[in-house]
Amino acid sequence: MHELDLKALGVTAINQNLYHVPKDTNDRQWSIRNPMGQHAIACGVDAPLMIDVMGHVGFYCGGMNKEAEITIHGHAGVGVAENMMSGVVWVKGNASESAGATANGGLLVIEGDASSRCGISMKGVDIVVGGSVGHMSAFMAQRGNLVVCGNAGEALGDSIYEARLYVKGRADNLGSDCIEKEMRSEHLEDLARLLERARLKHKPQAFRRYGSARKLYNFNVDHADAY
Amino acid sequence: MDINVPRTPPRKSATFDDYTMAEIRRAATTGIYDIRGAGAKRKLPNFDDLLFLGASISRYPLEGYREKCGTDVVLGTRFAKKPIELKIPITIAGMSFGSLSAQAKEALGRGASMAGTSTTTGDGGMTPEERGQSKYLVYQYLPSRYGMNPDDLRKADAIEVVVGQGAKPGGGGMLLGQKISDRVAAMRCLPKGIDQRSACRHPDWTGPDDLEIKIHELREITSWEKPIYVKVGGTRPYYDVALAVKAGADVVVLDGMQGGTAATQEIFIEHVGLPTLACIRPAVKALQDLGMHRKVQLIMSGGIRSGADVAKALALGADAVAIGTAALVALGDNDPHLEEEYRALGTTAGAYDDWHEGRDPAGITTQDPVLAARLDPVKAGKRLSNYLKVMTLEAQTVARACGKSHLHNLEPEDLCALTVEAAAMAQVPLAGTSWIPGRGGY
Repeated sequence: MHELDLKALGVTAINQNLYHVPKDTNDRQWSIRNPMGQHAIACGVDAPLMIDVMGHVGFYCGGMNKEAEITIHGHAGVGVAENMMSGVVWVKGNASESAGATANGGLLVIEGDASSRCGISMKGVDIVVGGSVGHMSAFMAQRGNLVVCGNAGEALGDSIYEARLYVKGRADNLGSDCIEKEMRSEHLEDLARLLERARLKHKPQAFRRYGSARKLYNFNVDHADAY
Repeated sequence: MDINVPRTPPRKSATFDDYTMAEIRRAATTGIYDIRGAGAKRKLPNFDDLLFLGASISRYPLEGYREKCGTDVVLGTRFAKKPIELKIPITIAGMSFGSLSAQAKEALGRGASMAGTSTTTGDGGMTPEERGQSKYLVYQYLPSRYGMNPDDLRKADAIEVVVGQGAKPGGGGMLLGQKISDRVAAMRCLPKGIDQRSACRHPDWTGPDDLEIKIHELREITSWEKPIYVKVGGTRPYYDVALAVKAGADVVVLDGMQGGTAATQEIFIEHVGLPTLACIRPAVKALQDLGMHRKVQLIMSGGIRSGADVAKALALGADAVAIGTAALVALGDNDPHLEEEYRALGTTAGAYDDWHEGRDPAGITTQDPVLAARLDPVKAGKRLSNYLKVMTLEAQTVARACGKSHLHNLEPEDLCALTVEAAAMAQVPLAGTSWIPGRGGY
């Protein structure tokens, strides 16, 4: 286990340490102490490291992550795991706006609540939120899965493309072109797998599925009111 | 009717002219606004409204064919460890793979590299063809983040955070379904054939304070090596440039309303934003007020066509310019030899702007493999290189005539304006007078 003190080293030195770990090393455990809500901690990591951030983080923690498993032992600021490519980012607390924005792959788990725009423009990531998500979550979501164990805020899935949304609580204000869809067996299996990975004990059958009506995929003047 | 009574001749309305009435009929028939590519086509105050004064007794010129006139420019000197050193101050603006064919993107890279300058990706990610052929490649970071990934980010020579563009400041992008081929769809993680919309705001930051943090993240991921540009559409240039500098930009790209787009509403292109000429002086003043002129470089774009335009933009305080539409014309866009095919599309060479439809006979603004194959990237790249060299020679010609040993030594004092409007916008005297509108006197 390597320990890095952000208070002593600063963000850039911490990140440079993480960037320069040899790809084939077996020495993969890293701990970052005193994150102090700083921004861009452990962003751009490109190696299968296990990174524990021991406190709250600011914007973009784990941004563009590839392969690393990053656990944030606190709350996360705006854009946690934004544009993640692979790996895992796990938030023990709550997450601010735009969690998992545009992320292409990997798994983002938020044990608490996520604020507005969670999963905005997501492109393949799996996001599991133990609590609720704020307004405009999954806006223009293209691909991947968003699981919400609490409630979803206003305009869920507005202008959604092919992403799948699963909500256990209330989702009574859907965005343009977002509709409730049938929960088939393959969806229940996917959802069970995601809940298991997030170590959450909810029954998949208790969730409802939402996705795109695909009416806005090509412009039609008769749907102009929806734009 | 008495034929001996003189008749009032038919009189068309200046308000409801033929074009306006045709558009009303088109709208009434289709129920959808007009979408097209390119930039503003209306008559606007522009660089043609400015003249260089040249040298005589009070100033002496440099010998046109002997004395040195430098053209190089270094971009990204503020924070980046590896600024870009270009031979000429004319860069290629961002244009996406998707809106353009892979062959066109490759040709842009080839032409720019031969001329010693940079090219720029667009809203669709980085293609191997473009990276492979571009000595200096600027990677655009857009609201959609289509194709965005850290590997390509690190392969880039600079990063351009796009806040807006001149053709549609405040608007997002669109790429209609007919251009979403298998490859384009895969790069953008979208289903094939759908109308792709790009958001008008970034998904994970809002405002200059957030932008500063976003730029910090990009610098971290790229180890503080790459210059970070911020591109804005020309609307409130003084404030936008000041805020971009505050947010930590190394370079500000400012795009006037003549700047082109792959596709957007005609109403947007023609009625939102400022002419390029009106953008430069407020932008330069913002940099000067902050003590950042020449420290944060300013790239102007939007309707740059010739070495004269380049020289005028630089004389007004820009460090470099970017060209988009002109570069496409150099590749072969709207060429008269394709007139028959343009007519078949209901248009004519020089007017073709339905770039969103993907039926470009020149093989540039298309994803149709048969049409795209018409463009030879090597030959087209050479044409672009030739054009860039001519523009540079033209700018040098003017600069030497003004007695300048480097294009960056050109200054507003070398210019006068032909119209009151241009004098006011460019803050140079009306020709034959010492009057600068807004500066008192007269």
